[in-house]
Amino acid sequence: MLVITCPVCGIEGEEADFHCGGEAHITRPATENPEGITDEAQRDYIYMRKNPKGVHFERWRCDRGCGKWFHACRHTVSMEILGYYGITQKPPAALLKRADPLWQAHFEAQAKKAKSK
Amino acid sequence: MALRGVVPAHLSLDCATMKKYSIFSLARNAGNYHKDWERAWRSPDPKKEYDVVIVGAGGHGLATAYYLASKHNVTNVAVIEKGWLGGGNTGRNTTIIRSNYLQDPSMAMYELSRSLYEDLSQELNYNIMFSPRGLLMLCQTEHELRAMKRTSHANRLAGIEAEMIDRARVKELVPIINDSEDCRYPILGAYYQPRGGTARHDAVAWGYARGSDARGVDIIQQCEVTSITREGSRVTGLDTTKGHIKAKKIAVVTAGNTSLVMQMAGVSMPIESVCLQALVSEPIKPVIDVVVMANTVHGYMSQSDKGELVIGGGADSYNNYSQRGSFPALEHTVTALVETFPIISRLRMLRLWGGIVDMTGDRSPIISKTDVDGLYVNCGWGTGGFKAIPGSGYVFADLIARDQPGDIAGAFGLDRFKQGRTIDESVAAAVAH
Amino acid sequence: MSNKPYRVPTAGTGGTVGRLIDRSQTVDFTWNGQKHSGYAGDTLASALFANGIRVVGRSFKYHRPRGVIGLGSNEPNALVGVGTGARLEPNIRATQVELFPGLAATAQNAWPSVEFDIGQINSLASRLFPAGFYYKTFMWPQAFWKSVYEPIIRRAAGLGVAPDGPDPDTYEQFNCHCDVLVVGGGVAGLAAAEAASAGGARVIIADENPQFGGISDIAGGTLDGEAQSKWVAEAAQRLAQAGHVHVMSRTTVIGHFHHNYVMMLERVADHDPRIMNDGAPRHRLWKVRAKRVIIASGAIERPIPFANNDRPGVMLSTAVRAHLVRYGVAPGYRGVIFTNNDDAYRTATELLSAGVPVARIIDVRPEPDGPLVEAARTAGIEISAGSAICGLLAKSGGKHITSVKVAPYSTTGRVSGAEEQVDCDFVAVSGGWNPVVHLHCHNGGKLDFNDEIQSFVSRKHDDPVVTIGSANGSFDLAALMDEAYAAGEAAAGASAAKAKAPKAASEPEGALEPLWYAPATGKYNEGNKHFIDFQNDVTAADLELAQREGYESVEHTKRYTTLGMATDQGKTSNIIGLGVLSGSTGKPIPEIGTTTFRPPYTPFSFGSIAGTQVGKLFHVVRRTAQFDWHKEAGATWEPIGDWRRAYCYPKGEEDKHAAINREILTVRGKVGILDASTLGKIEIKGPDAGALLDRIYTNTFSTLKPGRGRYGLMMNEMGFLFDDGVTVCLGKDHYLMHTTSGGAERVVQWLEEWLQTEWTDMKVFVTAVTEQWSQFAVAGPKARTLLEKLEGDVDFSADGLAFMSMSEGTLEGTRARVFRISFSGELSYEIAVPANTGRVFWEKLLAAGEEFGVEPYGTEALHVLRAEKGFIAIGDETDGTVTPLDLGMNWAVSKKKADYLGKRALELPHLADENRKELVGLLTEDPNEVLPDGAYAVSSVTEKLPMDMIGQVTSTYWSPTLNRSIAMALIKKGRTKMGEKVTFPVAEGKVIRAEIVDPVFYDKEGERQNV
Repeated sequence: MLVITCPVCGIEGEEADFHCGGEAHITRPATENPEGITDEAQRDYIYMRKNPKGVHFERWRCDRGCGKWFHACRHTVSMEILGYYGITQKPPAALLKRADPLWQAHFEAQAKKAKSK
Repeated sequence: MALRGVVPAHLSLDCATMKKYSIFSLARNAGNYHKDWERAWRSPDPKKEYDVVIVGAGGHGLATAYYLASKHNVTNVAVIEKGWLGGGNTGRNTTIIRSNYLQDPSMAMYELSRSLYEDLSQELNYNIMFSPRGLLMLCQTEHELRAMKRTSHANRLAGIEAEMIDRARVKELVPIINDSEDCRYPILGAYYQPRGGTARHDAVAWGYARGSDARGVDIIQQCEVTSITREGSRVTGLDTTKGHIKAKKIAVVTAGNTSLVMQMAGVSMPIESVCLQALVSEPIKPVIDVVVMANTVHGYMSQSDKGELVIGGGADSYNNYSQRGSFPALEHTVTALVETFPIISRLRMLRLWGGIVDMTGDRSPIISKTDVDGLYVNCGWGTGGFKAIPGSGYVFADLIARDQPGDIAGAFGLDRFKQGRTIDESVAAAVAH
Repeated sequence: MSNKPYRVPTAGTGGTVGRLIDRSQTVDFTWNGQKHSGYAGDTLASALFANGIRVVGRSFKYHRPRGVIGLGSNEPNALVGVGTGARLEPNIRATQVELFPGLAATAQNAWPSVEFDIGQINSLASRLFPAGFYYKTFMWPQAFWKSVYEPIIRRAAGLGVAPDGPDPDTYEQFNCHCDVLVVGGGVAGLAAAEAASAGGARVIIADENPQFGGISDIAGGTLDGEAQSKWVAEAAQRLAQAGHVHVMSRTTVIGHFHHNYVMMLERVADHDPRIMNDGAPRHRLWKVRAKRVIIASGAIERPIPFANNDRPGVMLSTAVRAHLVRYGVAPGYRGVIFTNNDDAYRTATELLSAGVPVARIIDVRPEPDGPLVEAARTAGIEISAGSAICGLLAKSGGKHITSVKVAPYSTTGRVSGAEEQVDCDFVAVSGGWNPVVHLHCHNGGKLDFNDEIQSFVSRKHDDPVVTIGSANGSFDLAALMDEAYAAGEAAAGASAAKAKAPKAASEPEGALEPLWYAPATGKYNEGNKHFIDFQNDVTAADLELAQREGYESVEHTKRYTTLGMATDQGKTSNIIGLGVLSGSTGKPIPEIGTTTFRPPYTPFSFGSIAGTQVGKLFHVVRRTAQFDWHKEAGATWEPIGDWRRAYCYPKGEEDKHAAINREILTVRGKVGILDASTLGKIEIKGPDAGALLDRIYTNTFSTLKPGRGRYGLMMNEMGFLFDDGVTVCLGKDHYLMHTTSGGAERVVQWLEEWLQTEWTDMKVFVTAVTEQWSQFAVAGPKARTLLEKLEGDVDFSADGLAFMSMSEGTLEGTRARVFRISFSGELSYEIAVPANTGRVFWEKLLAAGEEFGVEPYGTEALHVLRAEKGFIAIGDETDGTVTPLDLGMNWAVSKKKADYLGKRALELPHLADENRKELVGLLTEDPNEVLPDGAYAVSSVTEKLPMDMIGQVTSTYWSPTLNRSIAMALIKKGRTKMGEKVTFPVAEGKVIRAEIVDPVFYDKEGERQNV
């Protein structure tokens, strides 16, 4: 059972005091632009997951504490939690460096997309 | 090299000479203290090329190989396995077999599978100990009762033999059950599938392995895939820890690692890998003959032929590749079962283990072609893959051999996630096991 | 036969014999119903020896007679049932059972008795039952597996029997944190704990045995020039007195999980049930979160298998020694020692000095020497060096050893040359030591093979876990103590104060000679069984058969032969098994690999896992403020979420159906009241409240005027309905959302999640207020008249409070929110008052309505009423796969709004498909026929299955209002089939036909609610 520290209220708790909200940084197409969302984009948003064997970014909620959502960086084999960051934030460079390549690719693609706009 | 669709002479010879298992062969071998038994399967080195390479020698992969060879005469087949055959979820589950699902595609798939289990021991000449001793899904809320009634109607019209029974009959079938009316979740009835039950999980893998091997399939253990090679949009082979293997077709059946292996071919999957735990008690004399699933409280229990109570429950909530689950999940399950079967409180947990299962968005499996020509995938069985092994292998072999899905496999294609054509069984049961 | 006592007299042994027993205190107990007595301090095992009982169990497969082999928790054979009736606990190790007055123990897996067991015929036919024989037979005739073979196997299998009733005892759990958890209270563990606590660390030290010290009392060697036991006693004392150290005996560390989460089972009262009379639990499960874990779990001696090595009287050398020193019992009158190392010589000299003759020391090593060997020689014990036991002779069905056969042994692994017969009635065997690495492995720790001790030791763990002492392969006392203190100091931190370590000294010991089994003379492995796993009857021949048949991986071998899968989890057998495999394959042991050690270290009670969460405390029940009133009124209950809601209120002899019909007709004809307090209530406030609602609901709420309400639907992002309800506008930027009773928590989380993670710039507060309010529906033609009788300032008139509007005011002196909404189709109000005034107000409603014949109605009447009106219910008409369009609720699905949850999904091919099931009403041909719940309709009834199913019933009731049955259903293209008949094959040969109609059965124009 994992020990988790809520970065918002600072409470350290057992896994059972928190709730895992799954993969982080999934972009909801409609929030950006409700028009012209392809079926593929919709599928990717709802169903496609990175599911890396290694360092992963996740959403967790401080269930029995402050009730706030936050981001956690966790290794999916050793279960080591490498760090936390705000729910509205992108992963700090230090964590991204250690993350699974899928994640680095993810944010590079995002950066490219942003530039092309 | 064997031509596609033709059994080479030396292989059919193998089939013919495969020593038959029986009480007589046992007696014969007893004469010489069992020193003359032949290998159940060879351990060959990989050939240069195969018509089909199946990645993953679990139950599903081995069954696929078996039906490719036996039903489609595709015998130039290798099953490669990074560890030892049957060592993944096939050897880590709670061996429950049932087909009382709700949605049409699920009913078709699981009933095909269950009916194949019925005479699998004879088909494989390997006793897999299929024991249709009955399976109960308890109804502990009005809502659950209505959901099960609905399932029972659907099942009856689909030709799946099952019935609703009342509390008294439940107590008759399971004398150790807590049938008090004022407990937290009184038993209102149960949905009973008399031909549901269990089988010996290792034997299923071993039986299919022996059967495939005898038909010329190469089972190559301790051979890990490191990359999948492509030429344009078509697969050409795989790099493995035992060298490069050319393949016309590649079938990925690697529950728990599907995302990782498919990634090698550049295909991403709608899957999350989580840990599911199971445990057994110390062996005791028989106390429960049927399989009981209590979905409201999230736990199920049966008793193995060895006497161990076999217990399982819900999966962990977060991604996990470590095959070690979290204690709260286990605690939740055991607590539920102590409430349901009060006498087990004094019995003791002997062994606890975890398996990594693939969870899809709709908790239903994927049996599908992919955007890459010659690449097929069979995964996403979540917490209930064991019961599906024969049926899954049967329809997957058909898909691979004909390069197009049949009626059953068709419903489980990857395209369903794009069309919104999901197959949601949570409608029927909280624990989709 | 005569049971000769094996208790050794103290005379002439200098009192070292029987240090744990008090010969002045006899303790009575029963074994298989017969009365016996032992001494205070005895274990059941030692007491049975003392009473001359050596056969204590029968083996799993061949039912061979078995006796005690080992010590404490590594005992594979002596499994017994302890207690009776509902307190019977099967499969307990006799070596761990502490004797207490009235202890009742029974042998297992034997009939009619453990002395004479019918099952033993299995062993005559044993040649037919090699490993995995059942995979090769029992296949014909097909039906026989279930009906004949399996039942026989099931009855034969299993060990003890289960208790015959619910557990009368209690269990509890403790959670705690510590700086250092020391596993094991042997000298290494105690030393590490001393060092850590001296540095100020909060320490827990736990040992599974009643006493600390491990085997220090029989290990030889001195600390500060005295027997180890002296230092052990003092150290344990010091630790117990230190305020920041928690010292626990009879406590087994059973599992190590992620993030140093450690489970410990404390057996509080097993050694003396009287403790429970004061309310103590039987077991206590400790959940420890340790900053560091120091594993000092010791090592387990392994035997050297030889032909028929399972006979009662063959024991591990240290087990023989410990039983002698601690309890003053020997396994017989004339012993033989069989060893490949020096330690067993201690057993020989100990036996001799206690007056138990040692006929021979049989040492496989060609030239054993060193002080221990010399001591034995000078004591006059005959030593056969370079020899091995190649056979064992026994009488009375193998229950009594008469002699062993000895022959020269060459390291080629073969026994050759002249055989000699040595008379004896017990054998003490030692094949070396296996460090207890189980806990290290539980959370992924890896192992390395150590050639010196020929066993596995821990590799560095990823977690803050370190293994020390013999558990780490360190057997030299001085080295072991240094290691222990170092580990303790490291745990306490460099700057911390240091404890004073005692000076350790011990006799040097020679190297051991690896030997995995001693082959029998004659044809190897033909009939003469070398048992590797005693409890599961796995022999060396079985392991070699598995290899021969291709079950090569050690995991395959293990599963095929069941090696190491018994209740001792292979504590004595795993490594030997690997040794045998190594011998038969020619591969070195590390290449054969080891099997994973999984939790728990030893079996522990399910009761301790459930703790206090049983019966009434199993799962919380939520009750409304009016719960007791409903109870007093004789309500029957329906669980909804965690709530208990009144299902109906039967009167007198009335059955449920009669009650429900009465309640419905009361609402339609007069007035009824419903406790709707469980309804989810969420206040939503802030400048973006309206905008949030527009994103959450399928229809528009931002346009809602204060005092007005609107019914809304919620979809998930897959486009499927998951909740509904009326949301009213309380004022500017302030809304009150109603949700389903079961969905309230889910919806609050849902709103929070979107606000916090997606629409983070929205300024909205979301507050759950469900429990703050008691809410009552007052429904029926007389509803208004009833309410107008109440004192207060609320205008209930048609114009004063129009349909779908609300007002706030005071009623009967309490603050009230009044909503004019209707789920029954009648003139209806819902009144919310602060929960603490709920019951009073409820009773006032009843009093005010008495003259109109008001009655309470329950959830079932509510459902029939809404069904008569064709209103959907989440969970009935929806099941997680249904869209608003399926239900014909297009009117509630906005076309204008750019974005709301689930909108895009509705455009997916499958969700937009014209062949989807659609909600319709059903009228059965026979009005008295009520369709069964969940019945399926088919396009046509066919012989061949499956039939083509075109839809299913979602709600079906008897309508007392219409005096006929009604139903709603989802039918493929249903809305295009109005007036058509559909067929429901509801049972074998029974078909119900019904007409497809509009789902609104009653008062289509809605006149009844608009008055």
